[in-house]
Amino acid sequence: MKMELIVLAILVVFIGAFAYVSSTGNHKWSGSDDQAKDTIDKLTGGTYQPWAQSIWTPPSGEIESLLFALQAAFGSLIIGYFLGYYRAMAKMKVASPSKSKKEI
Amino acid sequence: MPLDWCVFWYALALPVVAYGAYKMRKLMKASRDVLPLLAVSGAFIFVLSSLKMPSVTGSCSHPTGTGMGAILFGPWMTSVLSIIVLIYQAIFLAHGGLTTLGANTFSMGIAGPIVGYLVYKGSMKSGINMYIAVFLAALLADWVTYIVTAIELALAFPAASGGVLASFEAFLAVFAITQVPLAIVEGAVTALMFKYIVMLRSDVLLKLNVASPSIIKKLKDMSV
Repeated sequence: MKMELIVLAILVVFIGAFAYVSSTGNHKWSGSDDQAKDTIDKLTGGTYQPWAQSIWTPPSGEIESLLFALQAAFGSLIIGYFLGYYRAMAKMKVASPSKSKKEI
Repeated sequence: MPLDWCVFWYALALPVVAYGAYKMRKLMKASRDVLPLLAVSGAFIFVLSSLKMPSVTGSCSHPTGTGMGAILFGPWMTSVLSIIVLIYQAIFLAHGGLTTLGANTFSMGIAGPIVGYLVYKGSMKSGINMYIAVFLAALLADWVTYIVTAIELALAFPAASGGVLASFEAFLAVFAITQVPLAIVEGAVTALMFKYIVMLRSDVLLKLNVASPSIIKKLKDMSV
């Protein structure tokens, strides 16, 4: 359990820092990739124009969140499935190593 | 990203991905029972890179999740896992885009995992606790990804005064600070994942040459 607690503590510090920063100042919480875009504009004096368009852009922020959520859900599903599968397998092995042989 | 740099990063990234795919095929043929763990490593990248987290600097960024794959399967195969995630994000989310896919694959799928892999191997040799080694490897794999991204951007967009170096500092200021807290969280979560892998499938760790039998035994005796 010790390691779960350490990770939890790190998360709490992280959330605490977020709460502190967001309560003390006026921040946009924009993506750092968008900030990089601004930096490109600043460095090149706004002369750079992307020469390729995205094939398809999510029509709205909501749909973008949906796709990100799908991505996360799909990933968590796989992780949870296999960890659960391994766990049950390990348990079966401990519970009846000899019995299962006899049954066969 | 300008066309010439786009081509350059593609040319650098694609051979690595191709070799990674080749290695992956070989591994799959040789030992099918590691396949689920490969899927889990890929899924871990999927989850973590979808999480846009607010950082202390007042901006958002997301972790990469490549540390786990790099430690288990090495940087070659991790580049394949990364490019899958990046293609999904480029096509469906207009996040990154296809012109930057080569550069993104290089920073997230190749440079980060190589550093993570080397850090892991190096720190294991020094004999520190395996979970700390995992933590450091995942943390640095994440952070280096963003430093390399800053380098890529600086090369593509050198400042009018000061050139590439000045640009590099400007981009680093955007990424590096935002990323530090996220990298720490990513390192911690990855270390936790390894705890479960040690608990449940330590045989795979031995098979993939990630840890020696004596280290596994020590970790199992220790309750963390």
